Parts: sequence; structure tokens; C-alpha cells
Amino acid sequence: MSKKMHIKLRVNGKEEEFLAEPRELLIYTLRERLNITGPHIGCETSHCGACTVTIDGKSVKSCTMFVAQASGAEITTIEGIGGSDDLHPLQTAFKEHHGLQCGFCTPGMITRAAKLLEETPDPTEEEIRFGMAGNLCRCTGYQNIVKSILAAAAEMNAAKEAAE
Amino acid sequence: MIPAAFEYYRPKDMAGVLSLLEEHGDDARVMAGGHSLIPMMKLRMADVPHLIDLQDVGGMSDIEIDSESIKIGALVTQSDIIDHAGLAEAAPILREAALQIADPQVRYMGTVGGNVANGDPGNDMPGLMQCLDASFTVVGPDGERDIPAREFYEAAYMTAREDEEVLTAITIPLPKGSYAYEKQKRKIGDYATAAAAVQIIKDGGKCVSASIAMTNLSDTPIYSANAGAALVGTSVDSAALKAAVAAMLGDIDPTEDNRGPVAFKNHVAGIILSRAIERAWSRA
Repeated sequence: MSKKMHIKLRVNGKEEEFLAEPRELLIYTLRERLNITGPHIGCETSHCGACTVTIDGKSVKSCTMFVAQASGAEITTIEGIGGSDDLHPLQTAFKEHHGLQCGFCTPGMITRAAKLLEETPDPTEEEIRFGMAGNLCRCTGYQNIVKSILAAAAEMNAAKEAAE
Repeated sequence: MIPAAFEYYRPKDMAGVLSLLEEHGDDARVMAGGHSLIPMMKLRMADVPHLIDLQDVGGMSDIEIDSESIKIGALVTQSDIIDHAGLAEAAPILREAALQIADPQVRYMGTVGGNVANGDPGNDMPGLMQCLDASFTVVGPDGERDIPAREFYEAAYMTAREDEEVLTAITIPLPKGSYAYEKQKRKIGDYATAAAAVQIIKDGGKCVSASIAMTNLSDTPIYSANAGAALVGTSVDSAALKAAVAAMLGDIDPTEDNRGPVAFKNHVAGIILSRAIERAWSRA
């Protein structure tokens, strides 16, 4: 065992401080230490994207980051994007457009899609497919995921326009 | 998948990195985005008792372009390459290649420096840098030196960089003419079955210069001077294409793996190179 390090994270707006071995993978920190179980462990080999979180403005597969690397970072998980009382437009759109079946990939999908829409607020279908290529879904065949993201983008853009 | 225990360091400057490398020798490795190293550590195929994270070391995240060359810091990510408007204009082949590497999440973390320094034959940037005749700056206890990309790769994961040196930057002579990066992969995120980087100059309907490098078809990237020479002086017609492909096939040495047997890889290499040359020529 290597010695434990003092780790400081800001997760969904909350400061977290603890001691951990540097080799602890961030997905385990989130799920087992902080009890934030939205990000899922799928392939655990940086392919499937179920563990996607936002770290300092980047979509990152949290199975491929040591907690030591993340120390000092600002992290957002699906829990920080929206909950059952205040669904994010993406969550509403996934629900309405059947963007999920089993739901396992959904937290990663929506966390990634939220970042994609932040960078590309009015994406084409092609841009969505390219921007979501790091997230695998074994149920939907992706058609309804793309539809959901298009619908959420339209909804968010309309709300922005109405506010202006 | 839990990697073996290690000591973690995050030095603030290169002097700190170099002193750790000197102290721990072979037992230490530097890490940028970690998207090659961490998977290997999780599989326990890489044993790194002392891990040196470069994220706080300044001065390696810039892209500088002048009238002669482009300098890319080792910590520039694939996504930085894709988003940089000046670079897309000065060397569009870099963006075209970066868009074909891994997936969005991996491109936010994966760095150009890691991609070229790692020495994995599957990485795309080494072949591309050979095509562009780039050089790599490494810094060690005896100071800085530049190593041409075409002389950097010795075998899989074996490069001209010494263990106590760190690759800090890539310098590319400003590319001239037109370009194409063509890659065949089985799925998003996979390494190439075959990939080709082509930079070509057309003058008066003839090819006056062509640079060609291939990826994942040998235990190192392959810069094929012969393939380029086969195009020079021609109008890049089908006979010239055939000659370039034949010359390239003489330089690569693929091995059978889960992407297919040798005959298949040679076949794909030929098609990918033809497509790359045709696309580059059509843009000229």
C-alpha cells in the first residue's frame, strides 16, 4: 500500500475532503466513498462512457482518472445536472422521446450531452452522433437518443430566446 | 480493475520532474492525460511505482504558429487541436487526424505529447509527425535536444527518448500543398487497421513533392520515402497510384492480430493509401 493523500474535490457544488490512496479510480471515489451512484461502471476500460462526468469543463470517463489527478478539480455528475423534482431539459426529452430502455447508460449519456449542448447549442444530427460517440447504448439503437438531444436543444434554445 | 500501488507526484515545474526522474530512474514514469498509461496500469501491464503527473507543469499547453513553423506543447490535447482555428488553417491535416482519434471524452484528456512519446504503433500522431517531418524536443539532466520524428521510433514502445528525459514540445515545419489523413478502424475508439498520412504539392498539373507515412502496419510508424518518390513527376494517375502503393507495401511489415491476417492488412493498407493520395490530390 502506498501512503494516503489528502484529496480535495468540489462535487456538484459541495466541498469534499478525505484521505485516499492515489490509485483509487475516480469512479470508485464517487460511487463508494461519496455515495454518488449516478455515474455507472460499465466496461471499466474507457470505452462505454457510462462513468462520464464533467471535470473542469471536460467530459471525462471517470474510470480512467486517478483520484489524485482530480484533486482540486470541480466535478459535475448527473446528480448535479437535475433530479426528479427539477428535471433538466435533457432528462425530460429522454423521457418523452424514449431515449432509454434499461437506463444503464443514461446518466453518462445525459452528462455528456449536457456538455455537448454547452459547446454546440444548436447541433445537427451528425454533430450529435459524432459528439456522443464515446457513449455506448445496447438497447435503443441510438435513434431515440439522437432525437432526445435534438428535442432538448430546441427546448433549451427556445427557453433562452424567450428569456431574452 | 485496481492498479498496483504507487507514489503520486505533481511537481510545479520541469526541474521538479527531472529531479524525481533522476531519483527514481526506471521506477518512475511521467503522465500527461493518462489515457494510454492508466489502462495499462489497471491491467497491471505497466508497473509504475512512482507516477509523475505533469498537469501542473507550465509552458507545455500552447500552440504557436509563425511564418516558418508550428510549435505544439506536449500537454496540448487532441480536443485543443480540433478547436484551434489557426492550426486548422496552417496544418489542416492535424485536425483531420485528431478527429479520427478515439472518442470525445478521450480527446479531452489525451495529449499530443503522450501520443507521440508513448511509442505505441497504434497511435496516429507518430506517423503523421513523420509525414510532416516534425521534430520532438526532449529535456533531460543535460539540457534540451531535438530528435526528428523520422528517427525517433526504434520498436514498439522503444524510442530515442532516454528514460530520464521528458518530451516537451513538437515542432512542425509549416506544411505546404494539400493533405489527407485516412484511417480504417473497426469501431469508434479502435486503433487503425491501417492509416495513411499524405502531404502533397501540385505544380502545373504534376506532383512535385509527396510525403507519405503509414500507421499500425509495423512495430513503428513507417515513413515511406519510396512511396512519395513514386508520385513525384507524375500527374498522380492510376499507374502512379499503383507504384506508390507497391513501394509502400515494400516498406511496411504488418503482423497478424485481432484486426486480421497479414494479407488483409496489406490489402487495407493499399486501399487506405490510395484513398488518401486521391483525396489529397483532389484538394490540390
